[in-house]
Amino acid sequence: MSDSIAIELRDVVKRFGDVIAVDHVNLQIRDGEFFSLLGPSGCGKTSTLRMIAGFELPTAGSILIHGREMGITPPHLRPVNTVFQSYALFPHMTVAQNVAFGLEMRKKPKDEIARQVKEALELVRLSGLEERRPRQLSGGQQQRVALARALVNHPEVLLLDEPLGALDQKLRKEMQLELKSLQARVGITFVFVTHDQEEALTMSDRIAVMNKGKLLQVGTPTEIYERPNCRFVADFIGETNFIDGVVIGRDGNYTVLETPEGLRFRGLATRPLSDGTAVTYSIRPEKVRLLAPNGELPPNGLAGTVMTVNYIGSDTRITVRINDRRTIDIWEQNTRSTLDRDEYWQPGEAAVIVCPPDNALVLSE
Amino acid sequence: MATLQQQQQRRDRIRLALLLTPGLLWLLLFFALPLVIIFIYSFMTNDALGRVVYEPTLNNYVTIFTQSLYVNAYWRSIWTSVLTTVICLLIGYPLAVFIARSPQQWRMPLLMLILIPFWTNFLVRIYAWQIILANNGIINGLLEIIGIGRLPLLNNEGATLVGLIYGELPFMVLPLYAAIDRFDFTLMEAAADLGANKVQAFLRIMLPMTMPGIVAGSVLVFIPTLGQFVVSELLGGAKVDYLGNLIQRLFLRANPINWPLGSAMAVLMMLVLLVLIMMYFRVTSEEER
Ligand SMILES: Nc1ncnc2c1ncn2[C@@H]1O[C@H](COP(=O)(O)OP(=O)(O)OP(=O)(O)O)[C@@H](O)[C@H]1O
Ligand SMILES: [Mg+2]
Repeated sequence: MSDSIAIELRDVVKRFGDVIAVDHVNLQIRDGEFFSLLGPSGCGKTSTLRMIAGFELPTAGSILIHGREMGITPPHLRPVNTVFQSYALFPHMTVAQNVAFGLEMRKKPKDEIARQVKEALELVRLSGLEERRPRQLSGGQQQRVALARALVNHPEVLLLDEPLGALDQKLRKEMQLELKSLQARVGITFVFVTHDQEEALTMSDRIAVMNKGKLLQVGTPTEIYERPNCRFVADFIGETNFIDGVVIGRDGNYTVLETPEGLRFRGLATRPLSDGTAVTYSIRPEKVRLLAPNGELPPNGLAGTVMTVNYIGSDTRITVRINDRRTIDIWEQNTRSTLDRDEYWQPGEAAVIVCPPDNALVLSE
Repeated sequence: MATLQQQQQRRDRIRLALLLTPGLLWLLLFFALPLVIIFIYSFMTNDALGRVVYEPTLNNYVTIFTQSLYVNAYWRSIWTSVLTTVICLLIGYPLAVFIARSPQQWRMPLLMLILIPFWTNFLVRIYAWQIILANNGIINGLLEIIGIGRLPLLNNEGATLVGLIYGELPFMVLPLYAAIDRFDFTLMEAAADLGANKVQAFLRIMLPMTMPGIVAGSVLVFIPTLGQFVVSELLGGAKVDYLGNLIQRLFLRANPINWPLGSAMAVLMMLVLLVLIMMYFRVTSEEER
């Protein structure tokens, strides 16, 4: 992966009347990267993508593609192609005609068009369906046609707006892998919009998390999952235990916080926090450990009572009450394959939870 | 022994026949029968009193093809209908796009505006156009005030055309609106995304996809225009003969009236329509491909 920048957003704002769809976004997407825009519905992902494609113009700020300022360049002159969420295939044309459309617009010679269409359809494994109409295809096949129709133009950047949204779960998983390997083969920068965090984590080189038009964090899947920089990101990506408190000091690398009822937790802060700052402690359920009580509490340990035990196959999900207003969720992998659940934790049992501070975060705001 | 499915199919067929019989009888009696009569009349002879004489002849058709009065009427009517259709299309398409692209709550009111004129009688509306176009009418009054002077706006072929376009426009707009409203404008973005400029995107995507609306609208406008006689009489001043005027005159007012010749004209008009519309379908469906 080279380090040159494919797409740059400089302080981009998009307003629709009173709605601020995109709020001062700064972003650099590298060449050849699989980049995801992730966020809840209405957070401005589509608006961002449409501004890159040229369907909408930014209210303020600028968009650069390979260093070229896009300004008011209309969509048909931009070096990007889009895979629409609805696919937007031309229903009155065959698959081959759909794929050929972009090449025809670029006035390529007939025989070259035929060759490239054939290649593109091979790439998405649709050979043999050239003469079908879009409505004669399954959802997954239509999706591939949309992909071929865009890729055949060798765009500098491919924009994909929730391309897998309309597919069922199984096909979706298949297409995720296929899309990822396709991207690796063609080496084109992909900007991929999704509101499915798992999809973003599996597919992306880097992820940008958005909320309410603002860009909250940009990072690799690991960074986003392990080191979310704010409460929203920690909450949106994966599951987590949140505990509110205030900073009361530091202990080596760790920041210490205290809850209103006097419990103390230690974790990593993403930035220096002064004493008295209101913070949220966050620890993922799979990072918490559960031990049998043996008289004294280990470091970072808390005594509690097992409330519920839910076996879900790969994991067991346990809720432990640590005082009358707080519970902690813990996921234990079922590594000790045992059919005898009597051997396992039982509701009502006393237990000790341990929250390793290296895997816990202290988040401000 | 018939299977259950066959039994059901039989029952369905009987029900269908029962449902369709009244309609079919009606059509047979009031549509097919008159057509047959007209067709037969067109090969008959006329006597000096205007009565139909049952003496087979091709003279009626010969007359139509050889006398310039009739030949010209055909050309004039065809040409006027084509012009009316094309102008209605050119006005109606942008109008339909505008309505279909308006905010949801505006579409119905806008369509109603197009339909409101239909709440009054057609003749009344055409008389209104007389008032607008007359020598001492509204437009000429305005022209006088701004110093251009009065122009002969009424009682010519231009006035006929204006009246026809006015009367037929809704029949163009409504099917166009139906087609354009169904059109997914994301497809235009997709075309632009693939490198098509506005004109290319329109010609390659929107035009073929809204073609059913164009065809329906054009046929709806063309057919009644070809046979019309009211507008050319009231606004055109009956100075030149259109097909409808001639046929009407031959049936009702000529001295003597001549039903066989009128019937032959009507039969030929239907043939012309059939041929033109088939040609039109051929051309437009090719475009769609
Ligand atoms: N054309 C428009 N006119 C008015 N408001 C709009 C328009 N397009 C988007 N918005 C608003 O801008 C905000 C962001 O919309 P956008 O479509 O970018 O969200 P999104 O992240 O793609 O959401 P989703 O996941 O639901 O597709 C929303 O509040 C939306 O209502
Ligand atoms: Mg969206």
